[in-house]
Amino acid sequence: MPSVKSLDDLKKIREEALKKQQLKETSGKTEVVVGMGTVGIAAGARETLKAILDMIEKDNLSDIIVRQTGNIGLDSYEPIVQVILPGEEKVSYGKVNPEMARRIMKEHVLGGEIVKDFQIEG
Amino acid sequence: MRELALHILDIAENSISANADEIKIIVEEDLGKDILRILIQDNGKGMDAETLAKITDPFITSRKTRSVGLGIPFFKAAAEACEGSFTIHSVPGKGTTVEAVFKHSHIDRMPLGNIESTLLTLLMGTPEIHWIFEYRNNESCFIFDDQPIKETLDGIPLSEPAVMRYIREMIETGIQEARLSGIMEATH
Repeated sequence: MPSVKSLDDLKKIREEALKKQQLKETSGKTEVVVGMGTVGIAAGARETLKAILDMIEKDNLSDIIVRQTGNIGLDSYEPIVQVILPGEEKVSYGKVNPEMARRIMKEHVLGGEIVKDFQIEG
Repeated sequence: MRELALHILDIAENSISANADEIKIIVEEDLGKDILRILIQDNGKGMDAETLAKITDPFITSRKTRSVGLGIPFFKAAAEACEGSFTIHSVPGKGTTVEAVFKHSHIDRMPLGNIESTLLTLLMGTPEIHWIFEYRNNESCFIFDDQPIKETLDGIPLSEPAVMRYIREMIETGIQEARLSGIMEATH
C-alpha cells in the first residue's frame, strides 16, 4: 500500500463512483443516524458507528447516508441508532453494540425488515 | 471515558452543536517536554462568560441544555489529575477553543486511544463541516485537511465505500508514520 495518497487516486475513485451512479435509478437514500452525545459516546456509540462504516466499506454499500447527531434524549437507551428508509418512518434502536449494528444493517437497511428485538419507542 | 480520543470526540460534538462550520483538532505528543497536548478550535457561536463558568463547573445542573458541555468537567478533571492544565476560551459569535495539556509520562494519564476512529466518526458523520486535523509527535507531523478532498470529489459523498477506504487509509497511515518517525527522532 503506498503511504502517500494523491488526489489523482481520488479522482479515479470519483470517476468510478460517477459511472456507478449513472447506472442506478434515483431511488432515494437510506439514512442511518447514530446518537453521539456525551452519554452515547461513553456507552460506546463510536464503536457502533465504526461497525456501520466498516460494513459499508467492506461490503461496498453505496447510497447509505450515515449521520451522527447530538443527544437524542433517551439516555438510558444509548447507544441509539435510527434508520430511515426512503419514504418510510424513522425506526429507533436502543443499546446498540457493534454486533447489533451489523444485524440492523443486514436485516433492516439492506433487507427492509425492522429488527423488532432491538426496537425502542422514540 | 477510557480514552482521550473519546474526550476529543465529545468536545468536537459541542463544536458541532455550536453550529461551527470549521473545526480544527490538534494532538501533540512531545516527549522532550513530556507533554501531550490536545486542542479543539471551532468557529461556532461561542459562549459568554456566564455560560462558560457554568459549563466547566460540574455542580451546576440548572442549565436546560444539559447534554451540551456535559463532558467538559470530565476532560478538565482528567488533565488536572495528571499535572496538566485545562483552558477554555470562548468569544460569542467567534468560536471556542479548548486546550488540555497532560503530563505525558503521568501514571494516571489516559491513553490517547483510537484517534483514527474518532476522526472518521467526525468526518463521515458531519460531512458539511470543514475538518482540519494535526497530529504531532516530537518533530514529525501529519496534517489532514478535508477541503481538497471534498473539492476533488465534487459532489460524490464521503460515504461512498471507495472514498471511505481512501480517507481511512490516509488517516491511519499518516498518524502511524508520524508516530513512528517522531519516536525514532526522539530516541536518537
